[in-house]
Amino acid sequence: MRRWLWLGLVVALGAAGPPSRAPAPAPGHAVDPEPLTADLSSHVIGINTGFTGASLILFGAKEQPGDIIVVVRGPPSVAVLRRKHRVLGIWINTEGLTLDGAPAYYAVASSRPLDEIAPLGLLRLHQIGLANVRPAIAGPTDVAPDQETEFRKALVRQQELNARYVEEIGKVEFLGEHLFRVNIGFPASVPFGHYAVETFLVRDKKIVAGQTVPLLVTESGVNAEIHEFARNQSLAYGLIAVAAAAMAGWLASIAFRQR
Amino acid sequence: MDIYLPIAGMSQDMFVLLALGGAIGLLSGIFGVGGGFLLTPLLIFIGIPPAVAVASSANQLVGASVSGTLAHWRRGNVDLAMGGVLLAGGLVGSVLGVWLFHLLRQLGQVNLVISVLYALLLGALGIFMLAESLRAMLFRPVAARRKLHQHYWVHGWPLKMRFRRSKLYISAIVPAAVGFAGGLLSAIMGVGGGFFMVPAMIYLLDMPTAMVPGTSLFQIVFVAASVTILQAVENGTVDAVLALILLIGGVIGAQIGTRVSGHLRGEQLRALLAAIVLAAGAKLIADLTVTPVDLYSLELLTP
Repeated sequence: MRRWLWLGLVVALGAAGPPSRAPAPAPGHAVDPEPLTADLSSHVIGINTGFTGASLILFGAKEQPGDIIVVVRGPPSVAVLRRKHRVLGIWINTEGLTLDGAPAYYAVASSRPLDEIAPLGLLRLHQIGLANVRPAIAGPTDVAPDQETEFRKALVRQQELNARYVEEIGKVEFLGEHLFRVNIGFPASVPFGHYAVETFLVRDKKIVAGQTVPLLVTESGVNAEIHEFARNQSLAYGLIAVAAAAMAGWLASIAFRQR
Repeated sequence: MDIYLPIAGMSQDMFVLLALGGAIGLLSGIFGVGGGFLLTPLLIFIGIPPAVAVASSANQLVGASVSGTLAHWRRGNVDLAMGGVLLAGGLVGSVLGVWLFHLLRQLGQVNLVISVLYALLLGALGIFMLAESLRAMLFRPVAARRKLHQHYWVHGWPLKMRFRRSKLYISAIVPAAVGFAGGLLSAIMGVGGGFFMVPAMIYLLDMPTAMVPGTSLFQIVFVAASVTILQAVENGTVDAVLALILLIGGVIGAQIGTRVSGHLRGEQLRALLAAIVLAAGAKLIADLTVTPVDLYSLELLTP
């Protein structure tokens, strides 16, 4: 399902850009070089016991002049937002709004400020920039349409607070005329799942080319084993957790008795 | 030194967790309350997801209460018969509590109703206990003239049972009912229930104060174990790594606490507990009434 989403995204990118996006070169034909090529220093972030965050390098080459925008999108999630109101002196949740497809993680890097590179309409279309992350409203809601914006802002605000939404994770730097690179830092609390790292080449306020690179954030080592075991053998995991805790308590009381 | 917690899905400073566990263990050793009411909010405060915080606290509580029970046991301060009756009531109460929780949830705003009731309960209980213990401290000669046990109407109930350690001869229905109410509360509130049980054992059952923490901890062992297993199976939110780190701090704190509790007089112990009960109640009321920093809250569900 997710794979199809990304595929759809790539197709949408191709459709949005001018026809200069080259089709797959036929064998034996000399064709124009790809206008944009980009890749990550690693396609997997493995989270082990000592994980305190990760840093990846996205590097690439462009065959045409223009600016580069890099967007890191985490797995699409369901965001449930609630607003509190004061009723009889007590703050209680009254209205709620559910947004489907909100990225669990989101970060942008660009070679120049976004508003100088591309018009707002284009940024909105491709959901580039925190202000343009617009997941769809799911299900019935009691929120008035004019209040929706406030809920969307709250999503971004809360996610920024948890270091999961980041505007300007880094500046895309050019090395000479063709090459570019950017450091992408991920916090220790980076959510698991399938990410898409999108690179856009923008010239004259239009997207000339785009490329999507997959990224997998997953557990590794002992963590993966513990998580796997907790999921698949939950009863055994619970029993072992209780036994380990009881054992630790017992050992401690023996240790203290001898003093 | 940071350590990554597999179920919580984040890394945390190990020393912060050790210190947190130690502080909660100290409380638990002194008063015989599990400390879940404090540990869970503190874990949430340092950024652990609430569901994981609740479940892992229960796991930590198993170890801390085993350690505390054994320490009290060696001092002869555990009333097994009383603990057993409380536990029997508690298990029935928690089963009914889980059922009641689902029923209330369907009616909506269950959390609000529970918070309000709990704040009122803690407030009333704290004020009563504080007044009582202060009176005992200030007017010791008067208090000394008190009878060994005050006799309430409940003491006339049938099914009388002798609790040798607590020097009580009362109807088994009374401790079973206290256990039942504790189990009901712990199932609904997601805490160990020591908070309600300890004052109830002192004032309703009229147990000797010295016997209360050990006996309370004894039954908390079983309540916490069942909650841990239920959480692991139903929600998969028990972070054993987190629980074990908290425990290392916790068991040390609990042992020290047990020693401290031996040096305190009954009424001092009760006054301190009353102060903590009041503080917890005040915090609950503050959470409900103080304008939140952000009126909006977010819950992110990753498929």
